[in-house]
Amino acid sequence: MNPPHVSPLAVFFGAIFTENILLALYLGMCSYLAISRDVRPAVGLGAAVTLVLAISSGINNLLYWRILNPFGLEHLQFISFMLVIAAVVQCLEMIIERYTPRLHLALGIYLPLITVNCAILGVCLFMVIRRYDLVQSVAYGAGGGIGWWLAIVALAGIRQRLQTSRIPRGLQGPGIALIASGIMALAFMGLTGIIRTR
Amino acid sequence: MTAEASRYLLESVIVLSGLAGILAALLVVAEAFIADYGECIITINGQKELRVRGGDTLLNSLAANKIFVPSACGGRGTCAYCKVKVLEGGGPTLPVEEPYLTGKERQEGVRLSCQVKVRRNISIEIPEDLFNIRQYRARVERIRDLTYDIKEVRLALIEPGTIRFRAGQYIQLRTPPYGNVREPVYRAYSISSPSQETDAIELVIRLVPNGICTTWVFNYLEAGQEVLFSGPFGNFYLRDTAAEMIFVAGGSGFAPIKSILLSAPEAVDRRGGRFFFGARSVRDLFYLELMRDYASAHPRFEFIPALSEPHPDEPWHGETGLVTEVMARRLADASNKEFYLCGSPGMIQACVRLLRSMGASDEVIFFDSFA
Repeated sequence: MNPPHVSPLAVFFGAIFTENILLALYLGMCSYLAISRDVRPAVGLGAAVTLVLAISSGINNLLYWRILNPFGLEHLQFISFMLVIAAVVQCLEMIIERYTPRLHLALGIYLPLITVNCAILGVCLFMVIRRYDLVQSVAYGAGGGIGWWLAIVALAGIRQRLQTSRIPRGLQGPGIALIASGIMALAFMGLTGIIRTR
Repeated sequence: MTAEASRYLLESVIVLSGLAGILAALLVVAEAFIADYGECIITINGQKELRVRGGDTLLNSLAANKIFVPSACGGRGTCAYCKVKVLEGGGPTLPVEEPYLTGKERQEGVRLSCQVKVRRNISIEIPEDLFNIRQYRARVERIRDLTYDIKEVRLALIEPGTIRFRAGQYIQLRTPPYGNVREPVYRAYSISSPSQETDAIELVIRLVPNGICTTWVFNYLEAGQEVLFSGPFGNFYLRDTAAEMIFVAGGSGFAPIKSILLSAPEAVDRRGGRFFFGARSVRDLFYLELMRDYASAHPRFEFIPALSEPHPDEPWHGETGLVTEVMARRLADASNKEFYLCGSPGMIQACVRLLRSMGASDEVIFFDSFA
């Protein structure tokens, strides 16, 4: 039984706003908290995550529906998705190292760690569960990435302003960042249900 | 196992390995295109230019052109021997390097050459001495016992036939695989022969219990055998000043001091020198005759052996006590003196502490620590 077809555009915007991968599903928290001290690297990492997500969700969609599913090898989805994601990240790292060494330095270990960013595997698995086709998957991946990007840049902006604010000692650092994220998540909850994504 | 199950397993293996293979191939292709930095020029000391293929580390690129920057850890960024000054084109300092660089070094652009990648034209400064570093093939001419646990090894050079070094520098002797040792190992030994002698070198090697290289020297190495070593390395050599030279050594730390004394007798005559040699008991002393002859030929030189645990039944009329105690007794102050220390890390630390307390600044203390 196929679910009613949803426009890729709806999937795209839904992934950004109503079902933000980070603020609604809480995926990809670790690099989100670690790289959000400054806006510039946050922008860079967000762009990298978006690119990896869009590419790997497309490849993984083809991989799942053309190879794994027809041969009855769905149990291999985790490991093969991870392989694809790792390869995409490797490629991207080479490109960033080649063309923007400064960003490469700012991202440091978090660039290769995109491989294990749960937002990415999460998107790939949701796309299978929701039986998205190729176009929808790419839209979902790109939207999820942009949503993650939006959230990390917003948090970085907030944290930059927080530097000059008086924060109780015990809440400084990750504490206040989690509270800020929580308030943002509440705000995004207001958008729930506006767009039908499945 | 049923046929169906084995087919299932086979398919899983084929799909997974096929996927991994395709991705690996893609990455190799991508690397060839993306990580191709073309030809880069390394300018050394503003004079020499090397053309290399970009993408590799500075250390490897230099080694490929026969310039051997010392390195002990194999490019992992843990030994910090491979420091070079990068004037231009090295990119920002990496977090890996920071712990090994002092504030002054960071300002001057000192980097670990194993961490710097050559990606564009790069300009560096290295000590001229590094141009002299080569790998040498040599034949063991003679091995003789200096004490029960110290040997003198004389190596006659074969290829290249001559070596240029500064008295006080060291070489790295290659231990070939033997017994349970599977990989060749390199160990540093100071040259003890004078620098005027260019067709052979002498080493003073002390037996370290279970030491890979010293065990090989003591149990396997014989006269007539061929060995390999690389060098010369190190910045432990005589500075050209007018200050009196105070040498301090323990055990095989005698080697570089002997080389300095024999290489620069005119400096000893001009500046004056004293040599404190620390040993446990009489049976640990060596080169006594050599030092006696040297002292009688050079009146401004004094050799002061100090025994920390002289045997009661051994005749001993010299100084007793730790070498630092003897130094404290014999040296009134540290002014107008230069200090050259060579021995175990413990001895060096104790000496440096003593000299600082006597008012010597770090600029006049030079040491070679045998770790």
